[in-house]
Amino acid sequence: MEAPLMHLALVGTPNSGKTSLFNALTGSRQKVANYPGVTVERKEGFFVTPAGRQVSLVDLPGTYSLRGRSPDEEITRDFVLGKAKGEILPDLVLCVADSTNLRLTIRLLLELKATGRPLALVLNMFDIAKRRGVTVDVPKLSAALGVPVVTSIAVRKGGTAELLSLTDEIAAQVQAAPGQNLWRPLSASELRATQREADRIIASSVSLPKRPDTWTARIDSLVLHPVAGLVILLAILFVMFQAVFAWAQPLMELLSSGFDTAGQFVHDTLPSGLLQSFLQNGVISGVGSVIVFLPQIIIIFLFILLLEDFGYMARAAFLMDRIMGGAGLHGRAFIPLLSSFACAIPGIMATRVIDNRRDRLTTILIAPLMTCSARIPVYTLIISAFIPPRDIWGWVNLQGLVMFGLYATGITSALGMSFLVKFLMWRDYQPAPFMLELPDYKMPRLRSIAIGIYTRAKMFLQRAGTTIFAMMVLIWFLASFPQPPAGAEEPAINYSLAAVIGKAIAPLLAPVGFNWQIAVALIPGMAAREVAVAALGTVYAIEGGKEAAEQIGQVLTTKWSLATALSLLVWYIFAPQCASTLAVIRRETGSWKWMALTFAYMLALAYAASFATYNIALALGAG
Amino acid sequence: MTDLPDLRQQLPLGLAPRGYSGTIHRLAAGQAQSTLPSDELESRLIELGFVEGARVEILHEGIVARDPIAVRVDNVTVAIRRREAMAIIVA
Repeated sequence: MEAPLMHLALVGTPNSGKTSLFNALTGSRQKVANYPGVTVERKEGFFVTPAGRQVSLVDLPGTYSLRGRSPDEEITRDFVLGKAKGEILPDLVLCVADSTNLRLTIRLLLELKATGRPLALVLNMFDIAKRRGVTVDVPKLSAALGVPVVTSIAVRKGGTAELLSLTDEIAAQVQAAPGQNLWRPLSASELRATQREADRIIASSVSLPKRPDTWTARIDSLVLHPVAGLVILLAILFVMFQAVFAWAQPLMELLSSGFDTAGQFVHDTLPSGLLQSFLQNGVISGVGSVIVFLPQIIIIFLFILLLEDFGYMARAAFLMDRIMGGAGLHGRAFIPLLSSFACAIPGIMATRVIDNRRDRLTTILIAPLMTCSARIPVYTLIISAFIPPRDIWGWVNLQGLVMFGLYATGITSALGMSFLVKFLMWRDYQPAPFMLELPDYKMPRLRSIAIGIYTRAKMFLQRAGTTIFAMMVLIWFLASFPQPPAGAEEPAINYSLAAVIGKAIAPLLAPVGFNWQIAVALIPGMAAREVAVAALGTVYAIEGGKEAAEQIGQVLTTKWSLATALSLLVWYIFAPQCASTLAVIRRETGSWKWMALTFAYMLALAYAASFATYNIALALGAG
Repeated sequence: MTDLPDLRQQLPLGLAPRGYSGTIHRLAAGQAQSTLPSDELESRLIELGFVEGARVEILHEGIVARDPIAVRVDNVTVAIRRREAMAIIVA
């Protein structure tokens, strides 16, 4: 008879290494979804114990207590208390502690005991603690706390063996009736009492390191230096954006020529006609032109995950707090905003760590102005077609510099927008408190990073296979039907629905220098911004034949003026059209008003900025 | 011990310079001009380890108005603004 699935939950303070333990236990057998009703990410993974028991493990958001002051902390509380909708009460709650820093976790554990759930304490990162001279009398600690205690080294092979055998032991025990839930929110004096109790237990069974981690102290004396720290932060961002442009190039060329070969193969094997055109222009060149950007998306996530794992993100928030405060933003907004460079959706979801509603709304409002990775395809295409790959000052690539400029403009306008919001809507703005633990630095774990990148890449490819594919089919259809009448002289696309739609919108976009082909491409860009590139490819491919499909960049140089190209680049800094971002804003803010406001202000900014760019460029002779 | 007068002068951590080190004497959440109600501020400070008797040291400060500050609380480092640190009375 197969034993029923056992349910485990990971609870712990932020930075206790919960996620690396989760990755170590479950590997790639993870699924990421949202909790019902809220957009807090719910990570569930599966593993099998040595005794062969199937276990489901849920990684809960980090928290210092069960009070639930922000949406993600509420999730942790409701899950542990069994209040979460559609969730099963965990059979065992694993309280994860950073062994070098037990105070806050032991206090949390004492609070968790009141919930009556079976509990165990996992002393994670035990190797680091040992190296720093921390000794723990595990049996004594376990006796004092009244719960089983195991040590673990999530990052080492076999480092979770003790935890696995404990899971089996607990699973084998006769199901004792779960204890009564006696938890209620603690008052300040009760919190103080539990902290005292925790300190007493620690003093009796743990010897703490005499001095702080010297490496962290040394790195911080540089990284948190008021001036040098900011210079380092800027340098990191600059390297990150140069890398996105330069390192990804060889891989992208490889992917691109692969899709070209596939397209050519289809062209050569199939008889010419609708099916050939559909496969070559619609499917292969359309979806291919988006998948080509996978290396760049991987690089940007690589940087973000590395910085997060290393422990730098909290430092960046510390450095930026007062600077962003000048623009009406909270220091904690830095991490969501930086994530928005990958994609505004996880960025907006990450704002849930901001507990003040006004701070959170402002951050959500400006997050889409951070240049997300979906804009990279558009930027890359236009920059490589119109900006010469010269080196200036000997070492800076001009294309990279333009790219940096586009990012910088996005950031500047985001800060300006936030300042404006604060000025117009919340004049009585009082800064919410900024309190954040600065964790000790840790060597990033390759395996953990790899799993993180794999999850993101999979999501991107799934999107390419579904949303983007569907849009490409639609574009191909619009660009191919109705077929031109017999004996038509103009290119086939001029008779199509796409041309009808594009030409209808074109007058609205003429003042910013867009032709009807761009108008056609902007519509499917609503589903996903990067589709615009593929759509341009399809439109020009069907218009110009095979050569156009292979060299879309070169075709653009002959079809567009520099002024139009620059105008489109600037449009994309603001580019309001991303249906999924708007949907997430609607969900996260719980209001249509905020969604409409975001769309309207971004559209207005895009139109105004493109209008100015186009006309200035024309005046300077770039027409 | 408690009968002896404090030899060191008490001051709010929010006014202490970089490099200051001392011990938390008490929390006075009502004295900080925080946007949080004082109960809530007190609870959050305790959750981050700011309890009476804990050793604190100001390790770093930000570029604007020497704010926020990075404080070592026993063996944890916490970033906090001076405004909220006014609630921590040290000696």
